[in-house]
Amino acid sequence: MARIRKKKVNRSLGGDIATVLFLVLIGAFMVLPMLFAIGSSFKPTDELFRFPPTIFPQNWTTKNYSDLFVLMNTSWVPFTRYFFNTIFITGVGTIGQIICCSLCAFALALHRFPGNRFITKMIELALMFNGAVLWIPSYMIMSSLGFVDSQWALIVPVFASALGLHLIRSFMTQIPMAVVEAARVDGASHLRVFWSIVMPNIKSAWLTLMIFAVQGLWNMGASIYIQSESLKTLSYALQQIISVGIARAGVGNAVTVVMMSVPIIMFVISQSNIIETMATSGMKD
Amino acid sequence: MTNEMQAQSAPKQQSFLGHYMKTKLKEAWKNKILYLFMLPFMLVFITLTVLPVITAIYYGFTYFNILEAPKFIFWDNYTRMFIADDLFMTALKNTMLFAVILGPGGYILSLFFAWLINELSPKVRALMTLIYYAPTLANVYVVWKLIFSSDTYGYLNGNLLKLGLITQNIRWLEDTTYIVPCVIIVMLWSSLGVSFLTFIAGLQNVDKTLYEAAALDGVKNRWQELWYVTLPYMRPQMLFSAIMSITGAFSVGDQITALAGYPTQDYVAHTLILHIQDYGGSRMEMGYACALATLLFFLMIVCNKLAQKIISKVGD
Repeated sequence: MARIRKKKVNRSLGGDIATVLFLVLIGAFMVLPMLFAIGSSFKPTDELFRFPPTIFPQNWTTKNYSDLFVLMNTSWVPFTRYFFNTIFITGVGTIGQIICCSLCAFALALHRFPGNRFITKMIELALMFNGAVLWIPSYMIMSSLGFVDSQWALIVPVFASALGLHLIRSFMTQIPMAVVEAARVDGASHLRVFWSIVMPNIKSAWLTLMIFAVQGLWNMGASIYIQSESLKTLSYALQQIISVGIARAGVGNAVTVVMMSVPIIMFVISQSNIIETMATSGMKD
Repeated sequence: MTNEMQAQSAPKQQSFLGHYMKTKLKEAWKNKILYLFMLPFMLVFITLTVLPVITAIYYGFTYFNILEAPKFIFWDNYTRMFIADDLFMTALKNTMLFAVILGPGGYILSLFFAWLINELSPKVRALMTLIYYAPTLANVYVVWKLIFSSDTYGYLNGNLLKLGLITQNIRWLEDTTYIVPCVIIVMLWSSLGVSFLTFIAGLQNVDKTLYEAAALDGVKNRWQELWYVTLPYMRPQMLFSAIMSITGAFSVGDQITALAGYPTQDYVAHTLILHIQDYGGSRMEMGYACALATLLFFLMIVCNKLAQKIISKVGD
């Protein structure tokens, strides 16, 4: 490097080298299972069961992927149906979440009104437990709402995500209240301020919400709410293909690679926005 | 402002409480549009988050099997857990074990790796962030099952045999001695989640001039810098991350099923979440399952509140 690195305070060269070496070593362990999946997905069947096992194949083949494609076409319910279901759940869930959370966060972050502090505290409390614990009462409520065996059972709960609201609300507090008040004095309605001033300024936050929501919905597999085969998701259908067992080990790896590539690609694209959002996610003690 | 002045000049004969209520109501009415903004979120939040909590607490005090109307039995479900349910103690023990290892463990790992990654140049930093966060993005239990496969072509067995470290293949996910350690390894591997991203973001936002000032004040190395400058500055992010780590650590269940099946051999890796599924899903004992859910709910809240208390003391 021609450019001389600016020396940081309190850093020794030895420490820097040790840091990089350590990170690379542990990093190798972190990516190993993913590399293993990618490698195995290009292996012919006999190499999958060879001793000792290797990460990368000796004879590369795309047979596992073409097999997956063939299996998808023999499916009882057309595979495009599962694909559409996942796209529908992910799309509607994500958009609904961004709208509901942004609207609510707009009121909470940029205005003072009775009940604001109480609601904010309640949502912070909701971050402290996992909704999965309460699946029994949730199921009862869902069934009385008529959501059982409907995709809305998977979509609607996503709308009121405590994490989503917390992230957007924290990000919005960066916008000076004076800006909002000035626009109000100029005669802009709340909706106008929300849409023209606030929303364009929190692009990073809603991109982050989108990534987190997609991550959750994309991998949504079998659910206690869905019984009809034609309403089930891609993740579920792909799991069914490989549940046959060891004979489909190669296809199983192809499925894993296909499923993990979508969230990883989305993360790569939006990483800087996510980091920007997470920087404001802190809490006051 | 005018609102407050009007309120102050209100007739004196009104009681303090009545006066307070009246101002609040007036203020609320003035902001009625804002309540409308919150309506969609709050409607779903109340029906699908608040209501289930209340329902679970209520059914926890009843005997309820769906077919008959719930019968009120007060504390019986809770005494039953500790007296008549051996599996509950296994589940509680495992839940606490996972919570202790994965909560603080995952939290400290997230902070530690984020801190090291923050030393790198921006491009390398972005790549490393991806590499360390990827396990959370990828749903690769299938691969871990192949790694821990009990046959000799299993990745771990195969390599250990080749190196001569073991003489016989180990049934990693079926042998009761190895299931829990295997689950912990996989869970720690994928524990760099939202908290990790929060730390990466928080570290980049620390005011750089603070480090120079600290060096003048006698901070000598990176460890002292971390403790005296970085951590106190990052307290808000640390509080948020703690919640993410602890909540996740208490809800380990599905991951175990994906890895080692359900139930695990001799129920060695049984957790409270799985126990709730057992009673609610298979045995239809909804009252008891709700009591278990209530217990786990309060366990999560109490531990989170405790962690918040501890972390707010960092660097004081």
